[in-house]
Amino acid sequence: MAENGWEKEGLTKEEYDKIVDLLKRKPTDTELGIFGVMWSEHCSYKNSKLVLKDLPTEGECVLQGPGENAGIVDIGDNQAISFKIESHNHPSAVEPFQGAATGIGGIIRDIFTMGARPIANLNSLRFGNLNNKRVQYLFKGVVAGISSYGNSIGIPTVGGEIYFDDVYEGNPLVNVMSVGLLDHADIATATARGAGNPVMVVGAATGRDGIKGASFASDELTEESDEDRPAVQVGDPFLEKLLLEASLELIKSGALIGIQDMGAAGLTSSSAEMASRGDSGIEIDIAKVPVREEDMTSYEIMLSESQERMLVVPKKGKENVVKDIFEKWGLHAEVIGKVTDDGMLRILNDGNKVAEISASLLADEAPEYTRETKKPEYLRTIKAVNREKIKSDNFSEDLLKLLSSPTIASKKWVYEQYDHMVMTNTVVGPGSDAAILRIEGKNKAIALTTDCNGKYCYLNPYRGGAIAVCEAARNIVCSGGRPLAITDGLNFGNPMDPEIYWQFKNSVQGIIEACQKLKTPVIGGNVSFYNESPKGAIDPTPIIGMVGLLDSISEQVTMDFKKEGDLIYLVGKNIDELGASQYLKLKIDKVDGIVPQLDLDLEKRVQKTVRSAVKEDVIKSAHDCSEGGLAVTLAESCFENGLGINVDIDEPISDEALLFGESQSRIVVSIAPDDLHKFEEITVSNSVPYMKIGTVQSREYKFNELINLDVGEMKSKWEAAIEVSL
Amino acid sequence: MKAGVVTFPGSNCDHDVYNVLSKIFSFDTDLIWHQKRHLNNYDLLVLPGGFSYGDYLRSGAIARFARIMDSVIDFALAGGLVLGICNGFQILLESNLLPGAMKVNDNLKFVCKNVSLEVNNNKTTFTNHYCENEIIEMPVAHGEGNYYIDKKGLNSLIDNNQIVLRYANQSENPNGSVENIAGISNNKGNILGLMPHPERCSEDIISPGRRDGYRLFSSIVANLKAGGEQIG
Repeated sequence: MAENGWEKEGLTKEEYDKIVDLLKRKPTDTELGIFGVMWSEHCSYKNSKLVLKDLPTEGECVLQGPGENAGIVDIGDNQAISFKIESHNHPSAVEPFQGAATGIGGIIRDIFTMGARPIANLNSLRFGNLNNKRVQYLFKGVVAGISSYGNSIGIPTVGGEIYFDDVYEGNPLVNVMSVGLLDHADIATATARGAGNPVMVVGAATGRDGIKGASFASDELTEESDEDRPAVQVGDPFLEKLLLEASLELIKSGALIGIQDMGAAGLTSSSAEMASRGDSGIEIDIAKVPVREEDMTSYEIMLSESQERMLVVPKKGKENVVKDIFEKWGLHAEVIGKVTDDGMLRILNDGNKVAEISASLLADEAPEYTRETKKPEYLRTIKAVNREKIKSDNFSEDLLKLLSSPTIASKKWVYEQYDHMVMTNTVVGPGSDAAILRIEGKNKAIALTTDCNGKYCYLNPYRGGAIAVCEAARNIVCSGGRPLAITDGLNFGNPMDPEIYWQFKNSVQGIIEACQKLKTPVIGGNVSFYNESPKGAIDPTPIIGMVGLLDSISEQVTMDFKKEGDLIYLVGKNIDELGASQYLKLKIDKVDGIVPQLDLDLEKRVQKTVRSAVKEDVIKSAHDCSEGGLAVTLAESCFENGLGINVDIDEPISDEALLFGESQSRIVVSIAPDDLHKFEEITVSNSVPYMKIGTVQSREYKFNELINLDVGEMKSKWEAAIEVSL
Repeated sequence: MKAGVVTFPGSNCDHDVYNVLSKIFSFDTDLIWHQKRHLNNYDLLVLPGGFSYGDYLRSGAIARFARIMDSVIDFALAGGLVLGICNGFQILLESNLLPGAMKVNDNLKFVCKNVSLEVNNNKTTFTNHYCENEIIEMPVAHGEGNYYIDKKGLNSLIDNNQIVLRYANQSENPNGSVENIAGISNNKGNILGLMPHPERCSEDIISPGRRDGYRLFSSIVANLKAGGEQIG
């Protein structure tokens, strides 16, 4: 081993010294490689653990919190939902199609190893400016990759969100949330227990693809990152579909002790983590691992990230049960070793020992760093925007431009390439505040959403993090659901940069406070650092994936206005603020200024009000105000049924802020005229600000004397915008 | 009434159609594993949607050689009712149970959305609960639904009234298929292949107000209950 072999493995000199100290000897090449991936940020969370430990992870509904492949929440009737979000940013930056595809493959495996059948996926995507050719290539490639893998495996892609902003140009974000349904009795864990129980590798054969992908994910992207393309794995959705079916059959068979996905750091992390969770050891002989390439070294076999593989520990004597099930699905299942009671991860190559490390050392003893933080310089100069510079002389035109900006425009071009209906549970699909899925055979349903406005988080990480949680919850509530829990996909730049770490720490603090207030615990998630390109770091983007429950499917609400003559109300209040808005981007090509205020008490009351009104069956439509402000919110509610609005609001704030300001904690609802008193009683009893702002009418969109447009024209611009830019 | 739904490795709409047949229409329904050789006495066989064997070659090209297919072909040639949905339609084409071939969608992209269809022939076992030339709506979800047949074959389809469903017009056609064809039957009328997914629009809860898929299955049920007489 070269003198600085640790560097090749992405470790520091101090970490290397610690390894030598702990082992009381120098590591072998294979061992050092194992430490390299296990102590990478991707696997060890060494730079984030100390910040994340304050996240609220407990709650009435939580059956499994962080620490397993995915978290689980209870939804009653002895049923549960397992869900988690994961990033595949760097692979997607160099090979968008396979990067995105294998991102889906990875997170799906996390869900079904919990014993859950995946029933829905959502994608949270961020790209640079869509006028840029390279960005178009990445965008199209990622969408095609998701389409190819998700459609083939037969799990509907029901929602997500996409933002376009220059900061993501060289480093797009591809975060995938997968959601699975299971019975309590079928909850599986990734634990190796019981000395003598066999350890089996099932699924695909191991090749040289994706070696050290976890380390690649834990570094910044550079001009040379293209050379890392071999670190990107190639996905095979067909194989994954077989693996999914076989694994669920195996879990039902009762032959199983534990099962774990081989994701990042492949055989290394799966064996070390399974052993460590069970306070056991694992001994495997890599000569027994089915390989698809010749002359693979022990280093390569241990660190390969070949896709569609799992590590399985069945009860002793049940090896053939495993083999039979996997053979039925045309898959390998080979015994490669056994569980031991000495706590060691022992790797043999045809009987010869090539590595022997304490499993807990690898899985739990990675260094934990408290990184230096420094309030970013740019935050010192942020001030309210100069209103003179952003005055509008044509509000109708501004609204049309906002509706056709890629971030706000319809994402139909994208989601029509995704099968969002397979499994026949999709009650409300993509393009709504939250997707709604019925639970087959029951009267209830779940609501799913992902949210995060990175600009808010850049300009105010704490408030941005809190807003992401609030908006997710608001989306669930607008769909008729009760927010249950979240998964967080935390995407940031290089944590060694004190300003970046400050962003990280503060964003997480914001998430913590909002989660506590809204009683939505965090049941798992993912940290993705080093999201930087030569042009700099991305905006801090802590994506919140949330699951909500509808006690009865009849409580579902959609965002579209239903009938002429219905009354339109705003729950919440309009504030004279334009900071961080998409309107600013339109006017000065820069999102700047002061992030919208957030009053968590008000937020909670607004959500409670709409929930009560849903329960009382007076809400005909609900839609939360987000990017583009009230004017865009109202427009989006018009489109589905081609209805118009006659809105008249008298507010002592500027017209620009009234139309396009992005004040938080606001929900636009429509109700039948007969329900006026009932609705107002609910709002009053919750002491929440509200106002009647107008009525639903045919085709014409009229907002004060400021905007007068034909809904058909607005809709066609909004629908065509993305395709036109490609 | 007994129905069988064939599960190929990679099928992913097998459970969807199983649920519709067994729960809504009370068929005694089996999922039939692709490696089986023999079929029980079924009144209806369904080849479901999905990506059989990954569809890495032409869609359905491998499934056609699955062990079960010999029995499926025998069943179909003996006059048994066979419904091929999406990937199932592709497999029926590859098996020569229906004429023509499937190409990649003309815009090269997978498409999933609701489309308007015209019922071109409502005198089949599968469609007699629709009105003649009725415009209905069903979801499509496919990357290879661009149906092609040569001029001679097309004339034969037209002459024998085998074009059962068409996309309602050119702009509703999601894949560029010849003559806006969305579904065809064999000459005898006991085999139907279609790209749209009737099983995705058979329940009010997921397809509010327009359960247009329901009537395809109810047509089959009515015919079976009437004694299995073939209409048309």
